[in-house]
Amino acid sequence: MSGSSKNLGAFRIQGAGRLTPARTARFTFDGKSYTAMEGDSVASALLAHGVHLLGRSFKYHRPRGVLSAGPEEPNALLDVSRDASRRQPNVRATVQEVFDGAKIASQNRWPSLAFDIGSFNDLLSPFFAAGFYYKTFMWPRAAWHKLYEPFIRRAAGLGEAPKEEDADHYAGRYVHCDVLIAGAGIAGLTAALSAASTGASVVLVDEQPEVGGALHADAATTIDGQNGYDWAQATAAKLKAMPNVAVLNRTTVFGYYNHGFLGLVERVTDHVARPGKDLPRERLWQVRAKKVVLATGSIERHMVFANNDRPGIMLASAARTFLNHHGVAVGRRIGVYTAHDSAYEAAFDLKRAGVTIVAIVDSREKPGEAVLAEARSLGIDVLTGHAVTNTGGRRRINSMTVARNGNFDVRKMPVDALIVSAGWTPSVHLFSQSRGKLRFDEQNQRFLPDIYAQNCVSVGACNGTDDLADLIDEAIRAGSGSVAVSGENRFEWTGGMIGAAESAGPEHAVKAFVDFQHDVTAKDIRLAVREGMHSIEHIKRFTTNGMASDQGKLSNMHGLAIAAEMLGRPIPQVGLTTFRAPYTPVTYGTLVAHSRGDLFDPARKTPMHDLETAEGAEFEDVGNWKRAWYYPQRGEDMFAAVNRECKTVRDVAGVFNGSTLGKIEVVGPDAAKFLNLLYTNAWDTLKPGKARYGIMTREDGFVYDDGVVGRLAEDRFHVTTTTGGAPRVLHHMEDYLQTEFPDLRVWLTSTTEQWAVIAVQGPKAREIIQPFVEGVDISNEAFPHMSVAECQVMGVPSRLFRVSFTGELGYEINVPADYGPAVWKAIWERAKSMGACLYGTESMHVLRAEKGYIIVGQDTDGTVTPNDAGLDWAVSKKKMDFVGIRGLKRPDLVRDGRKQLVGLITKSPNIVLEEGGQIVADPNQPKPMKMLGHVTSAYWSENCGRSIALALVAGGRSRIGETLYVPLKDKTIAVEVTDMVFFDKEGGRIHG
Amino acid sequence: MVDSGIEMATRTSSLFGLHGGSSAVRLEAAPAAERISLRVHAENVSALSGALGVDLPVKPKTSASANGRTALWLGPDEWLVIGEGGYDIGNSLMQAAANSGALHSATDVSHRNVAILVSGPGAAAAINAGCPQDLSLKAFPVGACSRTIFGKIEIVLLRTAEDAFRVEVWRSFSDYAFGLLAEGARDAAL
Amino acid sequence: MLLIHCPYCEEDRSELEFRWAGEAHIARPENIAAISDEEFAEFFFLRNNEKGLTYERWRHIHGCGRFFNAARDTVSDRFLMTYKAGMPKQPIPVMEKAVAIAEEKTVETWEATEGDAR
Repeated sequence: MSGSSKNLGAFRIQGAGRLTPARTARFTFDGKSYTAMEGDSVASALLAHGVHLLGRSFKYHRPRGVLSAGPEEPNALLDVSRDASRRQPNVRATVQEVFDGAKIASQNRWPSLAFDIGSFNDLLSPFFAAGFYYKTFMWPRAAWHKLYEPFIRRAAGLGEAPKEEDADHYAGRYVHCDVLIAGAGIAGLTAALSAASTGASVVLVDEQPEVGGALHADAATTIDGQNGYDWAQATAAKLKAMPNVAVLNRTTVFGYYNHGFLGLVERVTDHVARPGKDLPRERLWQVRAKKVVLATGSIERHMVFANNDRPGIMLASAARTFLNHHGVAVGRRIGVYTAHDSAYEAAFDLKRAGVTIVAIVDSREKPGEAVLAEARSLGIDVLTGHAVTNTGGRRRINSMTVARNGNFDVRKMPVDALIVSAGWTPSVHLFSQSRGKLRFDEQNQRFLPDIYAQNCVSVGACNGTDDLADLIDEAIRAGSGSVAVSGENRFEWTGGMIGAAESAGPEHAVKAFVDFQHDVTAKDIRLAVREGMHSIEHIKRFTTNGMASDQGKLSNMHGLAIAAEMLGRPIPQVGLTTFRAPYTPVTYGTLVAHSRGDLFDPARKTPMHDLETAEGAEFEDVGNWKRAWYYPQRGEDMFAAVNRECKTVRDVAGVFNGSTLGKIEVVGPDAAKFLNLLYTNAWDTLKPGKARYGIMTREDGFVYDDGVVGRLAEDRFHVTTTTGGAPRVLHHMEDYLQTEFPDLRVWLTSTTEQWAVIAVQGPKAREIIQPFVEGVDISNEAFPHMSVAECQVMGVPSRLFRVSFTGELGYEINVPADYGPAVWKAIWERAKSMGACLYGTESMHVLRAEKGYIIVGQDTDGTVTPNDAGLDWAVSKKKMDFVGIRGLKRPDLVRDGRKQLVGLITKSPNIVLEEGGQIVADPNQPKPMKMLGHVTSAYWSENCGRSIALALVAGGRSRIGETLYVPLKDKTIAVEVTDMVFFDKEGGRIHG
Repeated sequence: MVDSGIEMATRTSSLFGLHGGSSAVRLEAAPAAERISLRVHAENVSALSGALGVDLPVKPKTSASANGRTALWLGPDEWLVIGEGGYDIGNSLMQAAANSGALHSATDVSHRNVAILVSGPGAAAAINAGCPQDLSLKAFPVGACSRTIFGKIEIVLLRTAEDAFRVEVWRSFSDYAFGLLAEGARDAAL
Repeated sequence: MLLIHCPYCEEDRSELEFRWAGEAHIARPENIAAISDEEFAEFFFLRNNEKGLTYERWRHIHGCGRFFNAARDTVSDRFLMTYKAGMPKQPIPVMEKAVAIAEEKTVETWEATEGDAR
């Protein structure tokens, strides 16, 4: 400990580690304050203070500590916060860097970490065996509601989700590169040097705060004559200075998708005490790489033996990292249990740092000779052919029980930490995600990349390349460049095992954990096999092995080996579960990136939006559009406003914003011919200056869209579509034009947004617009219903339609969008002075329903023909071809009894039906009733003084005059079938 | 002037006066411009080029500028032609195209689109906040143009200088485009 | 996310710019009004939905706007080729075919990885 007043922890080793003692940070853990060194992980900082108990396991609530020093950590999941709106559960203590002011809390315990009531589950564990949930909760059924579900809900899920909106923001960016390198250990850095030397654009990605990979743990390897870790930092600095290289630290390649596409998450502020407000918390990089070099290294496995999960038991490489990188000893009297030489190096480093190594217990009879010799020279007791058969201690390990393999004589040795290694598992996750195929390396009991599906190459430990010189060679070749790098390490490693260790075999009923986070033991996996699970996929789901948030980085190989042993089948035949993205958990914030708030989805506003707002409009969403819904005046609710608007339109006039209507300009000598093919109507007979209501069907004969089409010239049509249908109608038209009728000389252009559309409807419509219009005689004689003209409105070149969706005299003025506000303002001023109103989409709906005009998508549902909708008059009987001509003749489309659109009036005029209400002939028939159809539109009509409705009813038109019923939950409504026109049945007003 | 004392209508752009960005990226609304969507078969390209005074480029992802007009290749028979100015009533591009006498389709889209000018050392990075295209100078040199995706909307992107782009967008998407560009600009400055 | 070569833009572009448009090389019958119900069903409703080599239509809807055809291996998602609309069904180049077939054996499929679990 330094001489300062700062207590950096009793387990800091003077002179060890790479952190700077002068730079410290304070944080709290479960309310208690600690001092850490900058660069500490939460795990290393707590271990420095001798804190090993960090959490409780998921099922049995067993005390758990730190198992690893990296992203594979299954145990030490904590809740980390800056404030209430910046809180993240399930943070791995081994990944999270300490920052000043961090508030850290343990999870999955109540009332406290040390005394947790849930730990009684551990005593009840015989009842919580694998498959427990599946079996137990099946019966009795009634218990689901009151007992099982609340229990599962409380137990399910780790940590506690934040309740407040996330106060951070997130960023995202697309990037392209020639070579992406995942992992900046020796292999990745060497490959980057090599690739960069060719001039290629290189992105080097590493999940840790600094490059170096396995060199974090290592203190012995030298590269180019330099300490390995120092070489790594110097190399990264060199790479960062190159214009063609980007080095991303604290960045995880979480997904490797099709065609060289990779997802990266960069953690920008999670380690910063007081991040600047412009900094995103995390940044999503979406990378398209021509080539990918995987240098993802390998992950050490734990040993599977009885009570192998106590706090203080951890991977040997983790203990080595905490010592050599963080300067922290994970104990004072440490035992070693291993099946691999690498743990020896951890023991050597700890021993040299002054820690007592109680014994190296090696399951093998013959460890590597070099490490054995070194152990002897350091005076470390090595027990070959031995096993740790059990451990003791409640909140932390205090003893290990050791026996000779196959022997019952045990020795109990006091320890305060036990470091373990069963060997190394190559990290083939990304390779596998890229759809590469693995092979099983029998000799070393590991899966390695075999056949590549993409332009990708694996180098180093993830490729099973153990020899340092080979690794460097391989990395240089992967980068396709030429650089010279030479390395030297002290020991060649041998050994490794997968599956349960001695004393945790099938004959032993002990808790030997395979998957720590989900509390899956070797016994559970054997039980799954005994219960008939023969596929690894079934075993995984039955036991939940590998399904925790660490996705089985430590447990999958052990689980597989135990299952294979039970099944008596070789490992490759039992198979490996699929590796799926993400490699490590990714926050929703990152995936959402910029798409939050106003950027969640575009809010499309018409040119007149601000003016509508100023008039007090309430808006409704129609697709992405914001449309004025109704204009309440002082004291009016929606009902009152709509009634007033509807009445005023018919009595005087109304002004309506129709700008969102889809518009397509169809231009070319074959324009009419093309529209003849795409609409059911005939267009060659339409003269320039005239407009017509058109129906579009799909090939199957069902109504797809509708709208008014105006012919401006022989070769130019102004086509309108429904607001929601505009993009798909254009796509549909382009499809036919490009692929079925490519010889037609006609082109399509979306002009929806070129024009602001101001509809003026009602008896005074002509009088209102008259003074603004120039260049066309708009008298009834010269410009009757369904006319169109190019003219000037307020001096601006415009298109004027005489059309009506209200049944009143009506005009739609199309002005270039920038002029929309000025024209709207002037027209509304005049209209207002004449007693007219503004009306919104709700009144538009009521007014059109009063006239029986349909809305495609509301009164039709994709199974309605023009005939069903009463629009047979719009289907040309003379044309030889149009899209839908054959579909309309299909037997089911011409049969009797199809649902047809009709009007409904309720027997009591004040009841308004509900849209979607089902219609039956006899409300007293037994359930399930025979349903004849449903209500598609229903409104109160102030103009009719009663409710009105449209409905699709089987054989509807032949039922006019019949009484039918709409049964609801609490009442049945009697209705009479009518025709579809409720107002001005003669239709005289439209020609006014 | 119109009869009966009605005043001529004035223009209101959806992006009027908008500007923003960061230390690395400047964002500003482009002045109003004339635009046409031009469709021409290969055999009439030269006739339209002559009439418009700008050679319609026939190579994908390229543009050409002359006489205050820029023609952007959008598809094998499709160009977006942008003319400077556009405060005047009428569209001189429509007239010029009509004068070609050759078969074509020209549609006035002057008011359909608005443009945002993105400039500065972080311009490409800001656009890459939502655009999946490779905007390196090698892949997207000065003069390159493309219709593409920007977040959840469609844009037409034109590189006007090494560190300057013009983003053409349908007017109702301009708020979204500006908002996402502002986010990208902020991040590009870090 | 797929990377798709647009035969009109002569460039690989992100899937985001494209829209899939169903099976390719299904011509609309010229005498459509006269075909039988069975022929209509074949033309409009029935699709092969093949595993492996598939000919399909795509549209570069947020790019040049053109429809085109693609030969894609639905197992590996590899595009073997793309070509302009209106061109007849193209044979797969020999080299590409070899790669596609080699890949088919290597690629993770539901059947290979999880089929055993049925």
